[in-house]
Amino acid sequence: MLTILDQVSLQVSHGERIAIIGASGAGKSTLLGLLAGLDLPTSGKVWLAGNELTALDEDGRAALRADEVGFVFQSFHLIPSLTALENVMLPLELANHDQPREAARAALGSVGLGERSGHYPRQLSGGEKQRVAIARAYVVQPTVLFADEPTGNLDQQTGETVIDILFRMNREYGTTLVLVSHDLVLAKRCDRIIQMDAGHIHIPGQTDAGMDH
Amino acid sequence: MKALALAWRLLLRDWKSGELTVLGIALVIAVTSLTAVAFLTDRVGHAVELRAAESLAADLRLGSSQPIPAEYIDMAEQAGLKTASMIIMPSVVFENDRSTLSAVSAVSSGYPLRGRLKTSIQLLAPATETTDIPGQGEAWASTRLLARLGADTGSVIRVGTADFRVTKVLDFRPDQGWRFVDLAPTLLINMADLESTELIQPGSRVSYRNLFAGPREIIASFKPELETLLSAGEQLRDIADTDPQMRSATERSGRFLNLASLVSVLLAAVAVAMAARRYAIRHRDRIALLKCLGSQQRFILRLNLFQLFMLTIVGAATGILLGFIAQQGLAWIASELIAQDLPAAGASPVLLGLMTALFILCGFALPDLIQMGKTPVLRVLRHDVEPPPMRYGLSYVAGAVAVLALLQWMVRDIKLVLGIAGGTVGSFAVLGLAGWLLVKATGRFRGMAGVSWRYGLANLNRRGRESVIQVVAFGLGLMVLMLLTLVRNDLMETWRDSLPSDAPNQFMINIQPHEVPEMQKYLASQNMQVPEFAPLVRARMTTINGEDVSQITFEDPRGERWAKRESNLSFGDSIQTGNKLTEGQWWEAGTENHEVSVEADFGRELGVKIGDELGFDIAGEPVTATVTSFRTVEWDTFQPNFFMFFSAATLRDYPASYITALYAGAEDDRKILELMRQFPSVTVIDLEASLAQVRDVMDKASMAVQTVFLFTLLAGLAVLWAAVQSSLDERSFESAILRTLGASRARVLTGVVVEFLAIGFLAGLLASIGASLAAWHLAVNVYELPYQFSPMLWLTGPMLGMLFVGSSGLLATWRVVTHSPLSVLRGV
Repeated sequence: MLTILDQVSLQVSHGERIAIIGASGAGKSTLLGLLAGLDLPTSGKVWLAGNELTALDEDGRAALRADEVGFVFQSFHLIPSLTALENVMLPLELANHDQPREAARAALGSVGLGERSGHYPRQLSGGEKQRVAIARAYVVQPTVLFADEPTGNLDQQTGETVIDILFRMNREYGTTLVLVSHDLVLAKRCDRIIQMDAGHIHIPGQTDAGMDH
Repeated sequence: MKALALAWRLLLRDWKSGELTVLGIALVIAVTSLTAVAFLTDRVGHAVELRAAESLAADLRLGSSQPIPAEYIDMAEQAGLKTASMIIMPSVVFENDRSTLSAVSAVSSGYPLRGRLKTSIQLLAPATETTDIPGQGEAWASTRLLARLGADTGSVIRVGTADFRVTKVLDFRPDQGWRFVDLAPTLLINMADLESTELIQPGSRVSYRNLFAGPREIIASFKPELETLLSAGEQLRDIADTDPQMRSATERSGRFLNLASLVSVLLAAVAVAMAARRYAIRHRDRIALLKCLGSQQRFILRLNLFQLFMLTIVGAATGILLGFIAQQGLAWIASELIAQDLPAAGASPVLLGLMTALFILCGFALPDLIQMGKTPVLRVLRHDVEPPPMRYGLSYVAGAVAVLALLQWMVRDIKLVLGIAGGTVGSFAVLGLAGWLLVKATGRFRGMAGVSWRYGLANLNRRGRESVIQVVAFGLGLMVLMLLTLVRNDLMETWRDSLPSDAPNQFMINIQPHEVPEMQKYLASQNMQVPEFAPLVRARMTTINGEDVSQITFEDPRGERWAKRESNLSFGDSIQTGNKLTEGQWWEAGTENHEVSVEADFGRELGVKIGDELGFDIAGEPVTATVTSFRTVEWDTFQPNFFMFFSAATLRDYPASYITALYAGAEDDRKILELMRQFPSVTVIDLEASLAQVRDVMDKASMAVQTVFLFTLLAGLAVLWAAVQSSLDERSFESAILRTLGASRARVLTGVVVEFLAIGFLAGLLASIGASLAAWHLAVNVYELPYQFSPMLWLTGPMLGMLFVGSSGLLATWRVVTHSPLSVLRGV
């Protein structure tokens, strides 16, 4: 069996912004997957918003994600058959929101895409796609936002615009931000940097892998 | 509720964005073709039934030796049925000093309720259809009657105590039949004149008939209602009881139509399965994202089921509507050719359309959608994470069972359903094996051609499993298309040829033994065909294995009817032309044993087997014979045939008359008329009209089959389309990569074309083999027709395959290479 993460212990406080950096294959995305409850560790425990993720089943973790978590991905993961507006509406609809269309329209407006709400992902540029993804992540006002290489597929300038929006919304909503990136400049805008190397974390401190707010 | 609303919204959005186009259209084509087939089959089937009903002159015919109670007729009229009555009695009619026995038939207006009378203004004049009946004081006489009396129209003939003027020659009445009933020639008079003839006296042999006709549903409910009231002497007949000739033609046409429906169902299932696979593959990301956004497994399952259900309803509704419209158009085209309005379609195809959509989607799309629901949420981070591999073998068992159940429900002929299913499974296995061999073989040819060829063939090899699936899909589609062409051309022709244009149309019975040589001499002198004369002995069956037939409980009601009525027996040394032995052995010529060969269906209805002893009463004397063989008879050849044929030793010492059948063209009418005059005791039955009736049924049925196959062809195209679409995403991506790497558009295209051509070639070759074998099986085992292998097929198969698959591949991938490779790559 291959060991991807070993002896990892990490605590993130409510409202904190942390960056996880490291070389390819260092285990950044795997750690992110574990923190968000997308995957389970073979041993060890993970807490999210006071809940022990590792003690929950798939559906329990899904319910927790629905309540607490937002995501932004490197490859955007917009649904190609839905328009920008419909993509942003989706998490609202899943949460039985009263007026998903209005809330989604407002969220799109706040990332500067109010005019393009009827466009399909294939009609949008990379930066625009990522802005739609950010709007989708924030529209449910999550407690924690996980961002996996959010600028990885974007050029520098577009990347910076997107990051500005990400941080601005983080401030507005007081969201905890867990960001995975190669980009040291981007990482430095966070409160704390966690350096990963071959499955290990290079920071002094905690004994349990966990996260509270 | 949340899942329901979301499912509907996602479905709408998918449709709007084009994601559902392939699946949706495949489903709609499937339902459209199937319901159009069902609607049309329903209507044409009904038209064929109506045509068959003409041989009864009604949908239902009640016969009795006593007057028919008026309450029956009131009941029918209240139910909205048309009625007419007919009274038939044998009577000698006179014209001057000549007289002959005639079947005097008095009819009320409206007769016949189905079919038309044909009359002419004098002997040998052309006949025309009429909706009238003879007026009061008038009589319409059959050709035979006039020939025997030496009379023509204008003569006055005496019937009982009344005189009638013959105003028309009765050439044809739809219910005249040709079996050994109504032997005397017909004289048709008006019911109002019957009393004046004073023919009906206590003890006279009178046969009362009442005819009923009307809409199918009313007939269907009226028949059982009437049956409960009938007394012992009253016999109700519908078209199921008509002549074996007519039954045979109707049953066959039904089978041809069902074949078309069956093929549509199978094709539809294949097309939907392919489209669903593609949909599921493309929507794994969405499922992972929904889970990432907090949707639970149960919710996802509900979402998928709701979507499936909605797709079923929408697809079925659209398909049924389109099917109805298409069928209207077809019926219009068909009615031009059939020259008769088709009856309106029933409602049962609506249910069929709905059930079909449900069965097909559940059997063939559900497994993929459930599998799609199992996509791990981790896929949002790592794109190579996929759902656990699907156990297709197991999941499609459900689909196969669903389709089999549907087929059985539609066709109610388990032999045909299993035959088709077995053939399909066999074809899948053979095509799969051959596809695998092709994939293995291409490895050897890769180095022998240029880079495009190498790329194309390498593709084939690399996508081994997918290539095999495509060969199987294309092969099956082509096989079905070719089978349809074959069935349409070869089988239909063979079937129609089984009733050649010179089939005997003059049946002659009551020929006395001494008249046989004289008649042969007469026919030869007139340069007419001299046919074989078969001896005929009338007998009544008394025992089976010593047991009195009146004491036997027959499993088949038809068997009971056969056993209890007078039979026509024949005898000879050799088996009659067109008969085939199915069991047992024919006797040696000149044997002194009492043996009998029994027609196979008749034997089954009677419940007898080889070695059973049948007892008969012939003119008061008991005769027994042992069943030594069974044989099949081609009833629709119109040769004189017998349910029971005996060794000569059994019957030669009993009084026999002879029967024969020959073909007479229109130019021979006068010779036949002269024959009737020379041999007045011989009964000549003109079968031309009955033959035309059977031919017409065949023509109608074949017309229906051809139009119905048009839809099946559409379903076949849907399969091809779905197959090409299913590999399109992957091909788009690869072509983009190749072009990015510097391959020219032409080179990429050539590679793709080579790959599709190779798939098409093998699929076509296999389709040729499969179609030939299937057509042979259908012809020989199902339709009981001879079959010849067609060499053209072996050339057309691969050509068609390469043309179809090559051009489809080219068309589908054309978009890929004309698009900027960057847009394809960025879209990933």
